[in-house]
Amino acid sequence: MNAAYLIVAFPLAGAIILLFGGRKITDPVSGWLATAMAAGSFVATVVVWATLLGRPGSSRSVDKTIFTWMPVGTLHVSFGLQLDPLSILWSLFVTGVGTLITMYSIGYMRGDPSFSRFFFYLNAFIFSMVILVLADNYLFSFLGWEGVGFCSYGLVGFWFDRDSAAVAAKKAFVTNRVGDFGFMVALYLMFAHFGSFNYSVVLAPLAAGHATIATSTATFISVMLVLGAVAKSAQIPLYMWLPDAMEGPTPVSALIHAATMVTAGVYLIARTAPILHFSPDAQWIIASIGAGTCFLAATIACVQDDIKRVLAYSTVSQIGYMFLGEGSGDYQAGIYHTVMHAFFKALLFLAAGSIIHALHDEQNMKRMGNLRKYLPITFPAFMAGMLALAAIPPFDGFWSKDEVLDAAWHKSPVLWALGVAGAGLTAYYMSRQVRLVFWGKSRWETSAADHGAAGDTGRGGHGAASEVGHGSAAPHDAPWTMTVPLVILAVAATFGWLLNAPFGGLDFINKWLAPIFPSTVATPFTVSTDTKWVLGVVATAFSLTGLALGMGLWRKAVNRPALEPAFLAHAWYIDDGIAAAVSGPLARMATRFSFVVDVRWVDGLVNGVARSAAGAGRQLRRVQTGYVRNYALAIGIGTAALLFYVSVRAGS
Amino acid sequence: MSVPSAWYLVLAAVLFTMGATGLLIRRNVLIMFMCIELMLNAVNLTFVTFARLLNDIGGQVDVLFVLVVAAAEVVVGLAIIVALFRRRAAATADDIHILKG
Amino acid sequence: MLATLSAAMLADTSGQALAHASAWAVFAVGATMILTGAAGVILLRNPVHSALMLVVTLFGVALEFIDESADFLAAVQIIVYAGAVVILFLFVIMFLGVDRKEAIAAEPTKLQKPLAALMGLVVLVEILALSRVDHWASGAPAQSGLLNGPGDNVQKLGQAVYTGYLLPFEMTAALLVIAVVATVVLSKRSASTAEPTGPDPLEQAEEPDESEVAL
Repeated sequence: MNAAYLIVAFPLAGAIILLFGGRKITDPVSGWLATAMAAGSFVATVVVWATLLGRPGSSRSVDKTIFTWMPVGTLHVSFGLQLDPLSILWSLFVTGVGTLITMYSIGYMRGDPSFSRFFFYLNAFIFSMVILVLADNYLFSFLGWEGVGFCSYGLVGFWFDRDSAAVAAKKAFVTNRVGDFGFMVALYLMFAHFGSFNYSVVLAPLAAGHATIATSTATFISVMLVLGAVAKSAQIPLYMWLPDAMEGPTPVSALIHAATMVTAGVYLIARTAPILHFSPDAQWIIASIGAGTCFLAATIACVQDDIKRVLAYSTVSQIGYMFLGEGSGDYQAGIYHTVMHAFFKALLFLAAGSIIHALHDEQNMKRMGNLRKYLPITFPAFMAGMLALAAIPPFDGFWSKDEVLDAAWHKSPVLWALGVAGAGLTAYYMSRQVRLVFWGKSRWETSAADHGAAGDTGRGGHGAASEVGHGSAAPHDAPWTMTVPLVILAVAATFGWLLNAPFGGLDFINKWLAPIFPSTVATPFTVSTDTKWVLGVVATAFSLTGLALGMGLWRKAVNRPALEPAFLAHAWYIDDGIAAAVSGPLARMATRFSFVVDVRWVDGLVNGVARSAAGAGRQLRRVQTGYVRNYALAIGIGTAALLFYVSVRAGS
Repeated sequence: MSVPSAWYLVLAAVLFTMGATGLLIRRNVLIMFMCIELMLNAVNLTFVTFARLLNDIGGQVDVLFVLVVAAAEVVVGLAIIVALFRRRAAATADDIHILKG
Repeated sequence: MLATLSAAMLADTSGQALAHASAWAVFAVGATMILTGAAGVILLRNPVHSALMLVVTLFGVALEFIDESADFLAAVQIIVYAGAVVILFLFVIMFLGVDRKEAIAAEPTKLQKPLAALMGLVVLVEILALSRVDHWASGAPAQSGLLNGPGDNVQKLGQAVYTGYLLPFEMTAALLVIAVVATVVLSKRSASTAEPTGPDPLEQAEEPDESEVAL
């Protein structure tokens, strides 16, 4: 069980080495070092998992304390790890996918001047994420929460000399801050109510049915935690940062904004299930947010031109499904979808990265096309991911989405309807994307010529002007460091669903997570098999329709204004609306406030103190007349006063 | 039998006050010095009165010492004045105000 | 002298009453001299006049000393104070030429004179009030010998000085030496200032002082 320390230690060691020695370690050595560290963490996780497997189901929770962080009165907060099915499951796919992506980045980031810094951030990120999921108390987990937020900032703004990247990083961080506010308020409430942050004190008694908690308290805490989750997982109303975060390198998008960081919110909700059990309102909020986001993001994804933006909105949408599943009371469904999504979304992003790399940083789909002839590895991989995402049986997404939709139906047909509509839209926009990228004419040839004439230098990969070397040559697949992860993930996307198939006793994940979600936490419900079949058929029909529409409508066409309304292209003008509200009256108010408060009050106060001190000094100066007689008079007056005092005291 | 002590003490107090006030009012340095002498004399008078009151010769001894010290003080003070006003005529105490803040 | 005069004039039978009256008379005269002298010092414009009024005051104080049977001190007062100190003053006045009338220049601080007068009044009132409200004759036993009793005033004084107060006495001697040295140093003129002076009046006037105390 001591391998648990290694899960945390490996990425930490990698991060520290790369932080201080990064400049001396050249590429690709630093990349391989980071990969080795991530792989070490994954292996340690597997070892712990195997150890837990060897135990009977009920005793699969191990608590390991690294050291006591804050022993303050009755509050004891420590750096501790809780190794139970939920945390180990998360750790498995986080470290696993993380290792693959780190390896992929060696090829993707080749030639970048800040090569080592990137891998420092990757290792630091994996470290923080592992802390987040393995912590045994909310406060330590919050430490990891903040850590991933910071690493996300650093990675999104990796190419910080690009204005758009710096702004996007700031936006991501600030939006996450709003969520962190919710998390912190929840922490305070937890402390006030429970007196501790440890899962064993806050959650275990509730889960075991020994204790109860008032609905209002549960709702308050839950809603605040949901606020945090919403920000981290990019749901309504705090999703706007995720599409902008595509400014970061593609591996970042794969790791952080598809597979790991954005699932932190899902993890938090799953972890807090015992409290949520007492607050049906909070569960409704989660489910509604999930369904709404799922639909909204799917509509926006339908009209995006940037290959990564489609995937970003797709992520937002899919996390909506996870929220929907958890809010409907079926945590295992939500988590199953999380794991599946980690596989195929990471795959899609990495494949997109491969495409971008092949086309020398071209990201606009309207300028791609016909790539299936040139990218023999990337194409099938992308297709596998696309089919999984579109929930076409028998690929991954189908099974997990079905579970989620079953739970949604049980919760409310309206939510189910939104989910199904989202599924249809998902299939549509994915097939649109696939058509635009891989079929049709090779629109990139004319673009490449334009770019060649302009002499642009690409990022991440080839560096020099495209004329020399690869420019006029056809796009080709990436080096093996990039294709091997693609293949592995493609296999996972195709066969990963077997981890929790609803038949033949293959529901490993459900069984694995059963101790975490007993009936006292998640009231079990059954949807009758007939209903399940009907729902499944309906959902699949929607998906297939979407697929067919997408494939058909976009076979030849490149621009279909009717299908790409500006309303959707501008993301329902939500972001623009907020920007207008903030930059207009809010900014004016802020300026005025800053003037009144900062310049007049604060500066006035500070300068006023200085001025009054000087003024007092000037006035006091007048006492120093320099005339001895004045001083003598002062002595005399003092004597008179003294005598007065003495005579008064003596007389009384 | 003789004049009660209180009279002497009152006289001394009045003399002292006059000396103090004179010191503060006059500007001529030497007259200021003379006022100091007035104050010292008032103190001497008080000492002698108390010596008589308390039947203690120590009071008169103190007067002796006060006298000596006053003389020394006058000597040194006048030396300072001479040094200060050597160059200037009709200088007053108000002319020494270099320490004006 | 005054006592015998008033005794002769009044031809009173009771010696006590005579003594009593004469004591009062002496006191009254002395008081008058003191107060007029002090008033003269602080009010007269000409410094020389002020110095002469100071002499009057000192005589008055000597008179009071006599009235209180402090004979030796009265003598010392006249010889040292009136005889030496005031002479010093006059010397310096003449030396520096500040005998001209005080320049009626504007007072830099307007409040000085009124405040000073007020302060003087207040202090006087307070001292007098203190005399009323407190017991000041603490009545501690005499440390250094009795004032009254057999023996001369001089004898008793001498005994007290040379036995009980020997150390302060020697220290005053040292003090005088230091004062002389300091005076010489202070009034020494640097070679550049070529103001012709006569013999330094301060050094000359020092002689009577030292010889007096050596008595």
